[in-house]
Order: sequence, then structure tokens, then C-alpha cells
Amino acid sequence: MLIFWIIAGWVGFALLPWYGVDDFYSFGWLADGWPLDKDYAPAAALVAQGQKLWLAPMALALIAPLLVLRRPKSDPVFARVLIAAGAFGFAWLVAQGLGIGLRGFNAGWLDALFGPLDDRQFGMGYGALVTATAFLFLLTQGLAAHGAVNGDVFVTSAIAGVVAVVGIFVFFPIAKMLLAAFATDDGGYSVAGFFPKLFDPRIWGLGCLSGGQCGAAWNSLFLAILVGVLTTLLGLAFALVLTRSGFRYKRLLRALTVLPIITPPFVIGLAIILLFGLSGTVTTGIAATLGIEPSRWIYGLWGVLIAQLLAFTPIAFLVLIGVVEGVSPSMEEAAQTLRANRWQTFRTVSLPLMRPGLANAFLLGFIESMADFGNPLVLGGNFDVLSTEIFFAIVGAQYDQSRAAILAVVLLAFTLGAFYLQRFWLGRKSYTTVTGKGDSGVHPRMPSGLAIPVYVVVTLWSAFTLVVYGMILYGSVVQLWGVDNTITLKHYITAFRVSWGESGLRWTGSAWDSFWTTMMIATIAAPLTAAVGLITAYLLTRQKFAGKRAFEFGTMLSFAIPGTVIGVAYILAFNVPPIEITGTGLILVISFIFRNMPVGVRAGIASMSQLDKSLDESSLTLGANSWQTFRAVILPLLRPAILAALVYSFVRAMTAISAVIFLVSARYDMSTSYIIGRVENNDYGLAIAYSTALIFVMLAAVGLLQLLVGRTQIGRRTSHGEGH
Amino acid sequence: MKAIHTKAASVRFENVSKIYGTRVVAVDNINLEVAAGSLVTLLGPSGCGKTTTLRMIAGLEMASKGRILIGDKDVTKLPATDRDVSMVFQSYALFPHMTVMENVSYGLKFSGFNKEETREKAAAGLALVGLKGFDGRLPSELSGGQQQRVAVARALVLEPQVLLFDEPLSNLDAKLRRQVREEIREIQQNLGLTVVYVTHDQEEALAVSDEIVVMRNAAIAQKGTPRQLYEEPADAFVADFIGEANLIPVEITALDGDTATVRIADYTHRLPSRGLPKGPAKLAVRPSRMRLVAGKGEGVAAVIDKATYVGSRMEYVVTAAFGTVFAVLDDVVTPFRKGDEVTISFAASGPVLIPGQTS
Repeated sequence: MLIFWIIAGWVGFALLPWYGVDDFYSFGWLADGWPLDKDYAPAAALVAQGQKLWLAPMALALIAPLLVLRRPKSDPVFARVLIAAGAFGFAWLVAQGLGIGLRGFNAGWLDALFGPLDDRQFGMGYGALVTATAFLFLLTQGLAAHGAVNGDVFVTSAIAGVVAVVGIFVFFPIAKMLLAAFATDDGGYSVAGFFPKLFDPRIWGLGCLSGGQCGAAWNSLFLAILVGVLTTLLGLAFALVLTRSGFRYKRLLRALTVLPIITPPFVIGLAIILLFGLSGTVTTGIAATLGIEPSRWIYGLWGVLIAQLLAFTPIAFLVLIGVVEGVSPSMEEAAQTLRANRWQTFRTVSLPLMRPGLANAFLLGFIESMADFGNPLVLGGNFDVLSTEIFFAIVGAQYDQSRAAILAVVLLAFTLGAFYLQRFWLGRKSYTTVTGKGDSGVHPRMPSGLAIPVYVVVTLWSAFTLVVYGMILYGSVVQLWGVDNTITLKHYITAFRVSWGESGLRWTGSAWDSFWTTMMIATIAAPLTAAVGLITAYLLTRQKFAGKRAFEFGTMLSFAIPGTVIGVAYILAFNVPPIEITGTGLILVISFIFRNMPVGVRAGIASMSQLDKSLDESSLTLGANSWQTFRAVILPLLRPAILAALVYSFVRAMTAISAVIFLVSARYDMSTSYIIGRVENNDYGLAIAYSTALIFVMLAAVGLLQLLVGRTQIGRRTSHGEGH
Repeated sequence: MKAIHTKAASVRFENVSKIYGTRVVAVDNINLEVAAGSLVTLLGPSGCGKTTTLRMIAGLEMASKGRILIGDKDVTKLPATDRDVSMVFQSYALFPHMTVMENVSYGLKFSGFNKEETREKAAAGLALVGLKGFDGRLPSELSGGQQQRVAVARALVLEPQVLLFDEPLSNLDAKLRRQVREEIREIQQNLGLTVVYVTHDQEEALAVSDEIVVMRNAAIAQKGTPRQLYEEPADAFVADFIGEANLIPVEITALDGDTATVRIADYTHRLPSRGLPKGPAKLAVRPSRMRLVAGKGEGVAAVIDKATYVGSRMEYVVTAAFGTVFAVLDDVVTPFRKGDEVTISFAASGPVLIPGQTS
């Protein structure tokens, strides 16, 4: 392994182009002046030609490991040299990247210290990437040899790898964004300018109390709390019907609640417009029968609220169903034998045990609502929320980066606050009720006082969801909604036309471009997301190492960062060197990986904590190392979690909009942003047709993945599975 | 067919401690020597540190202080993968997604054997535990006892220097337990393996061990052969933990060489003094060494408090002036009843004075 990383380091330094080439996936540079042309030259060639001399010290860090190659691992010199070389090389690479940019030194004090630099550098490329990776893993080899994590190279490297990527793609952009919030118009930084912008009445105004307009921050907060509470209640109602009632069509109900997950969120907003908009079915129906003048009441808080409830209730449901099922029936049975009636049992035992689930569901609803971009854009009217304000600050005529950054900071403060409050509320109490021991009891039925309202709510809501989806399907095949209701396939044809030209098959439909881009990006992102998520979960559940709590917090944090914030942070961080990837497909892939990673982590943790730890331990005592154990024992047993992570990240990559809208470019347009564009042009027919097609594509993809990953054949877990 | 050989080595702990965090001491300064080819049991109540000690041998836990040697090699800092030790887990930890054959071959794959050797060795291992022909089954298709044997075979085929057992019988029913423990002992003796065995069941420990190490509160309470521990417990804890002794306060009234005369109420009994001085002492008497006679006689007057019929014998709780004792009698034909007045005396051999007790 050591030799491999040393060679990799040298390849990166002396063979590959150090700076970024135009297209990450193209190899035109091989024929275009490499290795001497200064755009494509490797670092070694640049230094040899007397350019970019600040790259030279890294050669030392690559030479040093060669000197200890023949020493045994247990030699302290071996460990020290590798640690020193890896740490120095990595630190120097990062420092020069951050310090020297497009206009020479990036900071005034560097100019003052070294004098102005009349050279510059662009974003890093293959060479820098490979060399940096090599430095990182030389460092971990050294640390492992020094005795970190019991000398385990795989675990040490995995930790360092996850820390590095999370640091670069989550913390670095967020830090950049915080910095941008302090930026002034002339390029400096000022705290004095920050506060007036932060307390701008457009953000914090309370005009709505006296009949005017409230600031975006209050609107967002109010909406998010409403959505959080209501989705939690609705999700709980669905979960109760599924687990604690004699309801017959549970499978149907389950399918219904999952449907919105594979729906791009703003599509629901569109359906709401078809129903309640000025020319909506319900509006015109009521106008005709009751003679009430059609109004635009749906554009504002109510419309956004209804759309978000429809879109996010399933998420709350999925969180709650696990928790509600997880409450050990024997606890409830115990309560009943202690003379509690069904209502008392529910109130005193079942409900308190569901507390973590309720808190999680609320948090998810809150964050999703805060981050949601599509529905407020489609339905918001004059009801300004933070996410749309951020968007207009970046793409609108004002183009005010620091305003966008400040709004993003406010948004981030809200979600992190909710995250913190949730942890505080749950406290340190243990709510674990699943012991892994056999538990043969059954959940009691809901008390009837609760059952009747729950049934009513669930029935009405299900009917409403069905109507909404009916509208989506119907809306995609009518000529012009509310005006000309003849059935037609023209929207599908416009979007997905295929024709035979002289050069064979041609994808002439207007949607194909963004469709194929989306498919490609989602297909690349899904396995990477699953991999990063599962490795992190493995480290969190199976390994002990210093700083594990901080590690856990850091990896879970991106869960509380709304997509809109990630979008802004990525633009601010990655359109300048050292990492210059805006406008590429790569930035989309990366944003999906780190947006969706927490779900992979959670799925992994959930299933790994059900695998008895003695399985790993026995593999280790049988002579397998931790990597072999991970591969041969843990991964095969994690197939369900892998499937969940793959499906989720694929679906999210196809439906996400909040971060994507900032990161797409003409070349890499995504389906969702294309559809939003059609909506803004009032081209509802095409937008809905495209969305409907996406829903079916995702259904097919989910089914296909299920086939590919297959079912793990483990049969019944033995009742002896629980160790001590 | 290749046979299973042994590379049995000794295990030595030198002042080993294991501390979790900063305060929780799981193992406190232990010295231990396990001779090559012997079976040593770590015995103690839960939380005494016996499993932690075992896991330190395996390399699943790292010692906080001290040195651990296997053979002549210092393995203190070696992780589990690099130690020549294998372990049979309480839960068996069979990989549920692999067949019996794949499970048994698992460790061989990482030990540099080619396919042919791996298959032969694994087959020999399965034959040794009597599971020929079960190669293609999944663990979930085996009974508990069979799973246990697969776990043993999987550990055996690696021919480890030391084989570890963590409460291997606790998931088996009572009848199977006796059979499996005899099989384990037989394999150990036939192959001359070094085995370290953890259990909280004293009967199991007495049955299988060459030597028993009794642990209490993270430290070693006593080590010795089963007979030594049973007949000469070092203190009240060991006496009680191994074979449920009645601890009776007595007075040593006379010393005659190595023989002491002890007195309880009016009853006297002669037994080895174990170096104790005259004065108050504690006497440990096994329930089966208690004699009960109806009515008055030579001994201590007492009343039957509880009488329990357990089939092969009678169990009594008896109250006397010095306290309550537990006695087991073989006579099930004419048992005493609750409230009967009896006289307690002791069998000639068996009762033992407990050193280090002053009151």
C-alpha cells in the first residue's frame, strides 16, 4: 500500500496536469502540448521551467517516504517520516492553494510579508487531486504505524478520508459563505457593515402584525413550524393506522404515502394551482355554483403550506413508522397487565416512547420546509421566504452575494437552532426498546377516542392526495388547463420527441438534454453517496477513536444544512481557485453526495447496529483485517441498507431543486431546474408532462435497483444473535 | 486428508490493567500464566472482568498497562488480526450469509492456504466436530448445538496458538451443555490445545478445567486446580461462589499441630487449622456436607424452615441460633417437614476454615 501511494504521489506531481483542464472527463490535453505547455504541465515540469516555484517544496515530501521504504513498520523512524512528509505535503498543498489565487496572493498580509506576487494560478486539477490524496494516505500510513486506532491502516485512512472530504465539501464552503456575509462592496471585510444588513427590515420586519408584509425570516420560521407540527401529526396518524388498527388496505395506504417521495416537490405546487388557482377546477366550480368571485388566495402562505404538507408528510411518516413499530409490544402489554386501559397505555407508555421519532419527524419537516424552494417559487406570491429571497439575491438583477450569504446565514441559524433544540429536548434518556431478543407480543389497537379522528384525517388526506395525483396525470394530457380541456399528448411529444434523421436516431424533444444529464448525474452520485455514507456509518458504529463525537456531529451536521444554503455556499466557494468547479457536472455530483450522505449514514447505522458486533470480532480473530472484514462480512449483510441508500440518493438527485438551482449551467441543466423554468414561462402543460414522466422513470429505477442489489439470503437470524 | 495439528503456546499476563475512559477499571493489575496445552477457566460473576481479560488475549481490547505474551512473543500492541489466536463467541457469531463450509474456510483464506488445502483443512475440522456432510447448509438451518460446533471447527482449523471460549455453552439447553463441554474437553486434550475458557457457571468450570482462575471486582481472587478451589477456598467469596458454602461463625478453641478444634454453641468439630490462630473464625460447609438428625443429639439444635423436593434429593433451609443454613440430603423417602426440630452436625471431611476472616 505504501508503495502504491508513493507512486500515486509522484504520478500526480510529475505526470498529470497540475491545474484543472477544461473538461474533467476529456483527455484532449494529452495531444495538446502536454507535458510542457504551461496550461497542461505537471507540477514537476512547471517547476523545472522556473514557473510556479511555490510548488517545489512538495517534492521534498514525496522524496522523504522513499528513504524509509525498506524500514520495518514497527520502526519509529518509519512512522515519524511518513507523518511528517504526509502532513507537510498536504498542509503545503492546501496553504499554497488558498494563499495564491487568480490575482497573486489572496490576502493583504501575504503581500505585506512576501511582497506582491506577479504570478497567479488557476483551479487545481488531476495532478493536485492525486497528489493531495497521496499525501493524505501517506499521513494515515504513518499514523497507523505510530499506533493510531490500534495500528489499523484501513480504519485510519477511512477516518482521514471522510474528515477530509467533509471538511472540503461541507465546512469549507460554509466557512466561505460566513466570510462572504461580512464582505463589503469594495472587496474588503467589515463587521460594521454586517449588522445593518443582517437586521434589514426586509428580513425581520413585523409589518404583517399590522396588516402589512412580514420579513422573510419570520415568514420562513412561521411556515416551517406549522409544516413541522402538521406533518408530524399527519405522519403519526398514518403510522398509527398502519400499526395499530384493523385497517384492511394497509399496503395501498403505504404505497400512497410513498408516492410523494418520488415526486419533485414543486409538482405538488403545480397540482395545487390546477385545483385552486384562478382557473383551477375547484375555484371555477365554486365560482359557478356559489357565485363567489375567484380569488388568488392560494398564492401565499396557504398554498405553500398545503403543498409542503402534501410533499413532506410522507417523510414524517417514514420516520415515525419505524419508531411506532419499534416500541416494544411487551412494554405496552406490561402496561395493560398493570391495569392501564388502552388510552392510558397509549398516553403514558407508547407516546413517550415515540418521543425521539416525533422530534426527528418535526426536525425533518422543519428543515425541508425551510429549504424548500420550488413550492414558494410557484405558489408564494407576495409571501417571501428565505430560500426564494436567497435565489433572487444571487440570480436576480441585484446580484448581491453578501445579501445572499446573510440570508443563508439566517436560514442556517434557524435549522441549526432546531437541530440543537431537538438534541436538548431528547436529552440523554435512552429510548431504546428494541432489544434484539425475541419479542412475540402484538401492538394493541388505538383507543377508540383516538381512532375515530385518526381515521377521518387519514381518509380525507388520502383522498386529497389521490385527487392531487389525478390532477397531475390529467393536467399532463390536456391542451391548455382551464381554457381548452381537450385531451392531447402534445406536451409529451414536445418534451420527448424522437425522430429519424439522416444520422439515425435523433433526440429532438426539448426535455432530452436535461433528462440525460439528470440520469447521468444521479447514476454517478448514487453509488458514491452510498459508499461515503456506509463507510461513515461503519466508523461510527464499529470503531473507537479519539474525537469520535466531533466526527459524528460533523457528519450529521450537513443533515441540518438546507439545500439552498449548500447551493449558495458552493457558488461562493467553488467558482474561484483552488477548487474551481462551478458550471461543471462534478459540482452537481458533489453537492448530491454531501446533501444526501446523512441518509446513507442513518440507514447504515440503523442496520449495522442490528448486526451483532461479535460477527466482526470473530472475523478479526480469524485473521481477516478490518478491510477484509468490512468487505466479506459487513457489506454482504448490509444489502438492505445499501439498497435504501442507493434508491434514496438516486431519487433525491432526480427530484432535488433547492441546491441544484444555483449550480446548474447551460451545459449541465437538470430536469428540475428545466421544469421550474417552464413553469416561470407559464408553460404548465409541458412542466407537468415532464414531471409525470420523471415519476414513472423513478418508479422503474427503484424497481430495477431492487432487482440488481437483490435480497440477502440470511434466513432467520438466530435467537442467539444477541451477545453480551 | 489433512489432520488438525496444534501449535499450542503459553499465555502470560504481566501486571495487566484495562481502564475505560479515565475511571472505570475493568481489569486491575493482573498476573496470569496459562501453560501450553492446558485448559484454564476464568470464572466469576458478571462484571468481574473475565470477559475483558479474554478479549485482551484475543486482541479485541488493548491493555492499558502491562505486558501480554503469547509463547515468547510480546503481543501487547498487536491487533486481533495479527495474533495467532482464535475465539469461539457466546453468540457463535457465524456469518449468516455464508454456508457452513464458507464459515469454516473463512480464516484459512486469510492464512495463505491455497484452495485445495483450505478445503481439506475445513473438511477435517468439520469431521472433527462430527459435522461431516453439513457443508452446504446455512447457519440458520442448523440447531443451536450444531451451530456451536461449526463455531468450534471454524476456530480450530486455524491451529491457533491459543483457543478462546467466551461462555460457549450459555445458549444451549441443560442436557446438551454437558455433552458439548465433554466434547470440548476431549478435543482439547486430544490435540493438546491451549484453551482459555470464560464462564460464570462453577460446575462447568470444575468439570472442564486444568486450572481455574476465580475473578472478583477486576482482580484475581484465587487460582488453582478445581480440587484446590473447592476444598481449600482462599476466602469466603471463593467458598461461596464455588459450590455455595454455608459460612458459619465459629470459635477456634484449641490448636494441635495442624489440627484445630472449633466450637459452635455446644458442638465441636476437628479440622485442619490452615494456620489460623485461636479465636473467632469462619467455617465454610458445603450444603451436601451438612448432617441433619431428627430430635436432639450431638450438634446444634435447629428448626426446618423450608423443605423442597427436587427429585434426586431434598433441599432444606434450616434456622439455628447462629443463623440460617442451606442443606442438601439424599434421603427423599422420609423427608423432614417444615417446623421439624433437628440437630445439625458436619461430615468428617469437607468443612473448611476460611483464612483471613476475623469475625
